Amino acid sequence: MTLIRRILLRLLTTAITLFGVAVIVFFVIRVVPGNPVAMMLPPGATDDDIARLKALYGLDKTIPEQFLIWLGGVLHGDFGTSITTRQPVLSLVLSRLPATIELSIMALVIAMIIGGALALTGTRKRGTKVEGTIDVTNGVALSVPDFLWGLVLILLFGVLWPIFHISGRISPSIDLPFSTNFYLFESVLRLRFDIWADLVSHMFMPSLALAIPLAAIIAQLLKQSLKETMHLDYVTLARTKGYDENHVITREALPNAVLPTLTLIGVQFTFLIGGTVIIERLFSYEGLGNMAIDAVINRDLPLIQGIVILFALIFTAVNLVVDLTYAALNPRLRNG
Amino acid sequence: MTKLSRRGLLKASAATVTFAATGSFASMVAAQEIDELIVAYNVNLPSWDPTVGASAVNPTIQGLYQSVFDQYILQKPDLKPAPGLLTDWGWNEDYSQVWMDVREGVTWHDGSPFTAEDVAWSLARVADPATGSPIQFVWGTLENHRVEGNRVIADVKQFDPTIFKWMYFLTGYVLPKAYYEKVGPDGFEAAPIGTGPYMVEKYERNAYVRLKANENYWGGAPEFKTVTIKFVTDAAARVAEVESGNSHVTLEIPYEEFDRLKAGKLNGVTAPISDIGMIFFNDIDVMTDPNVRKAAVMAVDKQAIVDRLLSGYGVPIDTLETPEYDAYDPTIKTPYDPEGAKALLAKSGYSTDNPVKFTIQTTRGFKPKDYEMVQAIVGLWRRVGIEATIEVYEIAKHYELRAADQLAPAAFYNWGNSVGDPTTSTGFAMYGPSPHSVWDGQDLIDMINPLWGEKDEAKRIDGWKKVDRYIAENALVLPLLQYEQPIVFASGVKVTPHASGALLPALMTRG
Repeated sequence: MTLIRRILLRLLTTAITLFGVAVIVFFVIRVVPGNPVAMMLPPGATDDDIARLKALYGLDKTIPEQFLIWLGGVLHGDFGTSITTRQPVLSLVLSRLPATIELSIMALVIAMIIGGALALTGTRKRGTKVEGTIDVTNGVALSVPDFLWGLVLILLFGVLWPIFHISGRISPSIDLPFSTNFYLFESVLRLRFDIWADLVSHMFMPSLALAIPLAAIIAQLLKQSLKETMHLDYVTLARTKGYDENHVITREALPNAVLPTLTLIGVQFTFLIGGTVIIERLFSYEGLGNMAIDAVINRDLPLIQGIVILFALIFTAVNLVVDLTYAALNPRLRNG
Repeated sequence: MTKLSRRGLLKASAATVTFAATGSFASMVAAQEIDELIVAYNVNLPSWDPTVGASAVNPTIQGLYQSVFDQYILQKPDLKPAPGLLTDWGWNEDYSQVWMDVREGVTWHDGSPFTAEDVAWSLARVADPATGSPIQFVWGTLENHRVEGNRVIADVKQFDPTIFKWMYFLTGYVLPKAYYEKVGPDGFEAAPIGTGPYMVEKYERNAYVRLKANENYWGGAPEFKTVTIKFVTDAAARVAEVESGNSHVTLEIPYEEFDRLKAGKLNGVTAPISDIGMIFFNDIDVMTDPNVRKAAVMAVDKQAIVDRLLSGYGVPIDTLETPEYDAYDPTIKTPYDPEGAKALLAKSGYSTDNPVKFTIQTTRGFKPKDYEMVQAIVGLWRRVGIEATIEVYEIAKHYELRAADQLAPAAFYNWGNSVGDPTTSTGFAMYGPSPHSVWDGQDLIDMINPLWGEKDEAKRIDGWKKVDRYIAENALVLPLLQYEQPIVFASGVKVTPHASGALLPALMTRG
């Protein structure tokens, strides 16, 4: 199968997946108990009041009718209006998406640095106590969920040694001269390192909390791959040529061993974005995850739909990129 | 390619941490000299319009609204009304009209004058069903709003004795007519203005709002000139915020943490607020048996629950009225009497060996110790011959089930009533046709019916007291306790709690 055909096929399956997600989400959130009108009913509301509020939010129609209206809007770029904020859903989710993407990318970078460092050290010190310590550390990192790491970090770096901000994305006292919501990227582009430092100070703990479990996974997989690669003939040849162990690991074994890890990182990135929901809440980080929790609590149906669709879109897009990258790198897949 | 040595890596790491630390420390708040008051608030603010949408009927958000907007009538920290934007108000002799005198010399945050037109327009706007106010059923009882000099007059379409109380309750806010009509709903959402003690300087949804003191505030300029309210919805994070000095004030934290922080460098205050914990009885299944209901009430040691689960921060209650409410009657008592409960259950053929069984629903973590309280109650019930199965649900499900009259025989809930009127506590919680009531007994409906339109205030309040007594004697509901709100604050700031539960920066002073 050619690469172009593969891309077209994946785009088609992506569209079908998104439609399926939209259908399931739309119907499920309307079937589960708890509707937004019941939540905003004041004391003394009459049946007429309830009917009026339902009509106001379009909930007086049948679910299939509501779906068709919503779908028609989506096809025209209108994802509806949030019940709680009374703002267009699309602009709400797009305004929060950059914060979540930046947080996820920072977490990914931290995870790659920590995981990579642990894997290289474990390989270099294989068979020693250092490797054992790394294995135990990995086990602990994997067995503790990210929100607990968040609490530990808050205690350590927020309270006992208060060097990082506990909540928010940026200090309210800072006036942002930016034109996009990608604050971190834009602060670098505009050379505003004062703002960059403030952003990093806010993002560090949540991104580290997200990164720790992923770092452990990366470390385990990369170390295992490196170990296997270290026994291959071309590595042995490198050793016989007199290269030192650091060179053998980083220059000879690593380029081959890293491929499976890169594939895993792509897949794990989607889970990382999913993990932002709880972490953003814990750190009051103004991203999509935090907004998702509010939407669920308030049964803000249009906003829930918008966020889920966007998450689904991100997941499928990342998987698509990973697949295509893998196909591009793998000659057997590239050439059909 | 340049090699990254171990030493180089360590240097880079140290530099990064130092850089972040320097930036962070620089922006940390100084506890001693507070220039900018920072409050870690427990909810997000989804929308700025305090009169429409779900936010408008969320009691927790009202403190934010009241910082920017004024209500028609001011409510003092003890829940009593006081002159606000309206300096005087009342009905005409035959109760066919209401009149309201409007305060002079008040300006909106944009400097334009506040007038009686603003009041008339605000009232007419929320009375219009097209506006989408969830309290339209109250505001719609007035019509033909008009201005005569400095007085606003409206015709009474349907008499509601609580209409003026709603003017300091949910959605009872005055908005700027000219400005709103000029900028529209979206413009108002983007740049809201009011006549309140603080002006919105900066707002980041889901993050914070930065307020600037309104130096021209008719009630006197607030003491703190800049206030940042951070939306920190996680209780553990709020504790860390004040403990680390990142915020000066926070609220709604676990009582154990409150005691711990207060014992340290921080100050704390708790005060009873208008929220109560209660258990609805739905008149279905075994709850139609008065012996079961009465035994369920008598078997609960409320003081022990307050002492052991809430660290003593709560006030046991016997009716749905707290001591601050207008219809509170201290002579109505439902004492703890486990032996009496056993005797009543025995009359209906139940015992510890043959317990009466039903389901009790509760939220978990929605209010402090809600699930634990229900666990304790179930334990107390078991001792007298009641075997209740706990079903945990989300608060959204509770609302839906309650509106559909489909709650389990027993269901835990917390009821807020910051105006303290009996209609908005006992009335709506127990009046069968109300979507908030699951008790449908006709006898109670008949008792309550005449009170909705009672014009003699003393007679009305007395009538509600009789209703409360009837409810207590027949155990139609299980009132548990009045909550106390824990507020923690740094030295250098003094917080005055408000019995409505609203945390108001305007009531915070240096001290």
